[in-house]
Amino acid sequence: MVKGSPRPKAANKRWTPRARRDAWVFLALALPNLVLIAFFTYRPLFVNMYYSTLDWTLGSMDATVVGLGNYIEFFTSGDAPAVLGATAIFTAATVGGSMVLGLLVAVALNQKVPGRTIARSAVFAPYVLSGVGVGMVWLFIFDPVYGALAWMLRGVGLASPQWINNPNLALAMVIIVYVWKNLGYCAVVYLAGLQSMPRDVLEAAALDGAGALRRFWFISFPLLSPTTFFLLITTLLSSLQAFDIIKIMAPTGNGTGTLIFESYLQAFGAYNRAGYSAAISVVLFVLLLVMTGLQLRFVERKVHYA
Amino acid sequence: MSTQTAESFDERATRFDPAGGAPPSGSQGDSRDRPLSWRNLARTAATGYLPLLLATLVVVAPLGWMVLSSLKAPGEIITTSLSVLPHSPTLDNYAQAATTVPFARFFLNSVVVTVIGSTIKCVLAVLTAYALVFVNFPFKKAIFLAILVALMVPPQVSVLPNYIFIAGLDGLNTYWGIILPGLGTAFGTFLLRQHFLTLPASILEAAEIDGAGHFRRLWQVVVPISGPSIATVALVTIVGEWNDYIWPLIVTDRPEMMTLPVGLTLLANSDSTSQAWGVLMAGAVIVIIPILVVFAALQRFIVAGLTQGSVTG
Repeated sequence: MVKGSPRPKAANKRWTPRARRDAWVFLALALPNLVLIAFFTYRPLFVNMYYSTLDWTLGSMDATVVGLGNYIEFFTSGDAPAVLGATAIFTAATVGGSMVLGLLVAVALNQKVPGRTIARSAVFAPYVLSGVGVGMVWLFIFDPVYGALAWMLRGVGLASPQWINNPNLALAMVIIVYVWKNLGYCAVVYLAGLQSMPRDVLEAAALDGAGALRRFWFISFPLLSPTTFFLLITTLLSSLQAFDIIKIMAPTGNGTGTLIFESYLQAFGAYNRAGYSAAISVVLFVLLLVMTGLQLRFVERKVHYA
Repeated sequence: MSTQTAESFDERATRFDPAGGAPPSGSQGDSRDRPLSWRNLARTAATGYLPLLLATLVVVAPLGWMVLSSLKAPGEIITTSLSVLPHSPTLDNYAQAATTVPFARFFLNSVVVTVIGSTIKCVLAVLTAYALVFVNFPFKKAIFLAILVALMVPPQVSVLPNYIFIAGLDGLNTYWGIILPGLGTAFGTFLLRQHFLTLPASILEAAEIDGAGHFRRLWQVVVPISGPSIATVALVTIVGEWNDYIWPLIVTDRPEMMTLPVGLTLLANSDSTSQAWGVLMAGAVIVIIPILVVFAALQRFIVAGLTQGSVTG
């Protein structure tokens, strides 16, 4: 993080004519963007809290205040274990999967072999592609009858599982595709970390007879901890917001009802339960807040900064 | 690079040694003195190329499969005896996709939303970042902090209140309704602010002494020397706008106002094409390929922009 602005501050002569003019310039330049952020990013957080206290059908004119009723329903009905469970599994599997595979790919990319820049671009590409398009392509590959995966499985004498109808397999399917789409991001960030690694330390260890595996595990990996920490936070936050792939591949939310998707289904799916949807959104937001807080308080201190 | 060069030097030294030379050290020597031995080649292939090839293949194969399938006749797809290449490539799937749903219109809508949305976002980001770095104002630290926190707030959480607001203004199924709620840009502001802080203060001071006001300093000094950073913000914004899904999905229900990702969902849900994979792959190609082309041409900016923060902390 860059330490405060280096420009001189007009601390005690704050409202001289010059300062006043500067303040107007500042507002003219920054206000449109700040108003938009305040109105469409911050305001909804509070509006959601209000909506979450209502029993309200989307599109209807009347709503009754139910206080914490929506939250009580969420946590006492079967919804909470199912939704929080799906969220936990999806998040843990996608964060773990894309980081571990991303690190492996980064190590492979870190070798001096011709063609590695092309491989690097190729691996990163899915990260920038439309989740809807990508989800559609994989849905075809996973098709139990005509899909490429079913064809390969038949080749080795296996029958394709019913990926879409089985809730557990549907969750596994969206996890696989999400990891496929995002591991390139982890790989490129890890690669940047590997390439900024101090060479002398690794060479010293090599001279002392440490093998490649030992060098990686006892030197490179600990030195990568700031990168690992950064990736953990960014992938965790984006996994909790994953929507496109789930919506296109498992539109009914059967087994794939994570917090974000369940919130969408409740309001804009079959039920039109705006209040209940808002309550789930608030739960998601609190979860994000707690994790960001934990990150700032605890994890950052344990990280080794090279 | 350094290890590689050192090694090849070693090899040459050994080879030019007329006496045949003793290997420099026992265990490593065997593989070193004959660089093109089968064992060495196999090792390089296994540890160097194979993982790279595998990783590339895992990424490229599904996309290639998408393109190939979009060119196949239905009989080649609805079959259990698969062939990789289409026997007689045809664009029929594209034609059918375009007659089932208005794909040309989706494309136009996506272009309109992306161009207008990203242009405004970039201008707003430049203006805000300039103000945060170069203009004095009492609460700048707090404002920057608020922008940083906004980066953490997932847009999905804001969908319902924004939907109610836009619907209340009759903004459903309109371009402005699709574009407006996403216009505030925390990401672009953050990225450009970090860049502006690295600009040498002397240049701006010189311009100020020459009598250039803030607007001239912004457009004639700061913007021209920040080309790559602005390009980065622009490209990342374009990719984001093109791929944006949840908001256009909610705010449009008339086909003539849908963007491409939403239109692809419509195509998937329409009865005549629900399992017609060739047609759906044609649709996926139209959604995916434009961004893939942009990425291939300008990836240096895109990768830098998207992985920002890993370096700046």
